[in-house]
Amino acid sequence: MNVAKRTFDAVIVGAGGAGLRAALQLSEAGLKTAVLTKVFPTRSHTVAAQGGVAASLGNSTEDNWHWHMYDTVKGSDWLGDQDAIEFMCKKANEVVIELEHYGMPFDRTDNGKIYQRPFGGHSMNYGQAPVMRSCAAADRTGHAMLHALYQRNVRANTQFFVEWMALDLIRDADGDVLGVTAMELETGEVSIFHAKATIFATGGAGRIYHSSTNAFINTGDGVGMAARAGIPLEDMEFWQFHPTGVAGAGVLITEGVRGEGGILRNAGGERFMERYAPNLKDLASRDVVSRAMTTEINEGRGCGPDKDHVLLDITHLAPDTIMKRLPGIREIAIQFAGVDPIKAPIPVVPTCHYQMGGIPTNYKGQVVVPKDDNSNSPVAGFYAAGECACASVHGANRLGTNSLLDLLVFGKSAGETVVEDFQSGQLKLKPLPADAADVSLARLARLDGQTSGESVFDVGLEMRRTMQKHAGVFRFDALLKEGVQKIGEVAERAKRTEIKDKSKVWNVARMEALELDNLIEVARATMVSAEARKESRGAHVRDDAPDTPENPNGRDDANWLKHTLWYSEGDRLDYKAVNLKPLSDDVEPIALATRTY
Amino acid sequence: MTKRTVQFKIYRYDPDKDEKPYMQDISVELEPSDKKLLDALVRLRAKDDSMSFRRSCREGVCGSDAMNINGRNGLACLTDVDTLEQPITLRPLPGLPVIRDLIVDMTQFFKQYHSIKPYLVNNDPAPERERLQTPEEREELNGLYECILCACCSTACPSFWWNPDKFVGPAGLLAAYRFLADTRDQDTNARLDNLEDPYRLFRCHTIMNCVDVCPKGLNPTRAIGKIKDMMVARAI
Repeated sequence: MNVAKRTFDAVIVGAGGAGLRAALQLSEAGLKTAVLTKVFPTRSHTVAAQGGVAASLGNSTEDNWHWHMYDTVKGSDWLGDQDAIEFMCKKANEVVIELEHYGMPFDRTDNGKIYQRPFGGHSMNYGQAPVMRSCAAADRTGHAMLHALYQRNVRANTQFFVEWMALDLIRDADGDVLGVTAMELETGEVSIFHAKATIFATGGAGRIYHSSTNAFINTGDGVGMAARAGIPLEDMEFWQFHPTGVAGAGVLITEGVRGEGGILRNAGGERFMERYAPNLKDLASRDVVSRAMTTEINEGRGCGPDKDHVLLDITHLAPDTIMKRLPGIREIAIQFAGVDPIKAPIPVVPTCHYQMGGIPTNYKGQVVVPKDDNSNSPVAGFYAAGECACASVHGANRLGTNSLLDLLVFGKSAGETVVEDFQSGQLKLKPLPADAADVSLARLARLDGQTSGESVFDVGLEMRRTMQKHAGVFRFDALLKEGVQKIGEVAERAKRTEIKDKSKVWNVARMEALELDNLIEVARATMVSAEARKESRGAHVRDDAPDTPENPNGRDDANWLKHTLWYSEGDRLDYKAVNLKPLSDDVEPIALATRTY
Repeated sequence: MTKRTVQFKIYRYDPDKDEKPYMQDISVELEPSDKKLLDALVRLRAKDDSMSFRRSCREGVCGSDAMNINGRNGLACLTDVDTLEQPITLRPLPGLPVIRDLIVDMTQFFKQYHSIKPYLVNNDPAPERERLQTPEEREELNGLYECILCACCSTACPSFWWNPDKFVGPAGLLAAYRFLADTRDQDTNARLDNLEDPYRLFRCHTIMNCVDVCPKGLNPTRAIGKIKDMMVARAI
């Protein structure tokens, strides 16, 4: 196959919030930039975010970044790196105000400022009471944000390659990153995008689970590409199960519903969160609420004929409030649950939602790997931001509204770092290895030549079911061990899939087969990392690591206060220290403590 | 809902192997959990992996899976499959070139969207904090900013079918009014100049197909009317 070569200063893969924010930085600095995206930018999954973006603007209640930082560290169950968390919380006001200046249609307070609502795990004065920190555009904040960022990029003349799917990362003998190979979906043609800098902003891989709030496109493409190219993946055992996915459909119902006063009830009508989190109740952190719901269901207090869900009740709210603050939720409930939440509660279950782990980065957006004596050595030419990256600000559990903030802060930061490295002359266009496209071409040739085998649909289904059963909200040693073996078998089967469709033109089957390769890397990383971590922390809770006086909540800081690094080759595991030291002297380290809400 | 079999008639065309498009009769057995047309299409793809269509969020916010469903434009993910008359006839969105099966070339649609300068223009130095806007001023943007660019409206519009290169179309004009209505935007005159043309705005003959098909319940015709009002107000 003939492979065209295209040369840029920088290539960005992904055009969701992080990719678009990074692209602005590069376009405005005049770098020749290509943004590759599998879907038209406004179809990226950022569009589905609902409840808001965190910033301690203090528009309705007193607030400051210190409190936000404390909440984020505590939410992460101390697995988050405190330098990156300080950086993010400090930058929040700046990036949210910028977004407002770009035209983002935030809701407003009576005095004309950005409207803010309470959200899970966000508090004032170090855990005392809920704080209004989530900046919102009704319950369509992600949509409003993604469109505003795309529109700003139209203004900046950013060059997009729409419906181009990146296939593989190109590294040379030194391990430096030189760009990616990518396929144009409309023609099936493969090109090399050769660049001085490559930024991954490819989002998460929530589609490894059977029940997921995530879009079809969330297949961990960047994470899979990085893993295949020898980059380790960090903390992949930590997946967020969002408390309120519509039962059966998986579609997200924002935590903003509880921020506006919504209450979770069991079959007895009881507000059960009062027992699990006496202080923040329904607005406790997501891992806490999801576990409480699962416990209620497991102990027979679930609702419906199969007692398999709980109810999210907002019937006590004024219809006006629902129509004004939660109009999209009302549409979703009517469409996917068949209930009008003004009149009846919404059936909900914990649903896979967010990947806390990812490609290891520092707060500047540089991808970092262990090398010689440095466990955080930057990979020349490689940057990442957003859900595909692990800075790590979310640690073992992300707070709601911190993901949109992550996109803005680290999208911008990665962009700024690339611009600085470019302007200082540090970034070089290194010569392409002769075999730069060989891996990708071999993958495509395999799919073209394969004339028998299982379907991508069947193997994908087996992967999703395996993940759901073996690495869910609660984790069990025997199930995890079996899961490691099973997911290894599924990975082997994925190498022999057959697609019947061999067309060059917009071949969805080929795209899904290539996506499965990426999902499988993520699924293996998750299962192997989860099996190995013998403690409970944040979203990773093991039956055999219970709450004891020595290890409250099952957390074992003596042995497990460390980041997992998983290497695809041989499922090898390594670990590195958590950074408990903030970036500046403006704040003391947040000392380890037992997590209660 | 139980298992049931659904009959389809679907527009098929793969330029790599088909000389011309054809309508394919095909049926599929749905699982009890399959509720939306998109669920049925995913089930169909498991049977025939060459069936091509775009999809992503499956909850009506990304705008990927717009198609012509029993003669009417809509999103597959928001359409209840059991309420559709069978055989369910699926065609690509009308008026745009077909790339393959239900996938259309949306270049012209986005060209028109881009032509209205879909971004906020404010040349004052950026203040340190947010630009203030009252809740009432902000409310003016409701019904405008929620557009998902699915193209159901523009490809249901006869004026857009006739002049896709000259008439901005309902989606683009809705976006134009979204910025005209924003108190933070300072480009009102240039925006109106950009639309003052026999085609760009005035080809709208208030047929209102756009309002009829919008899966988000938006009203481009009303926005177009408001732009026309602004033109008149400016002239006198």
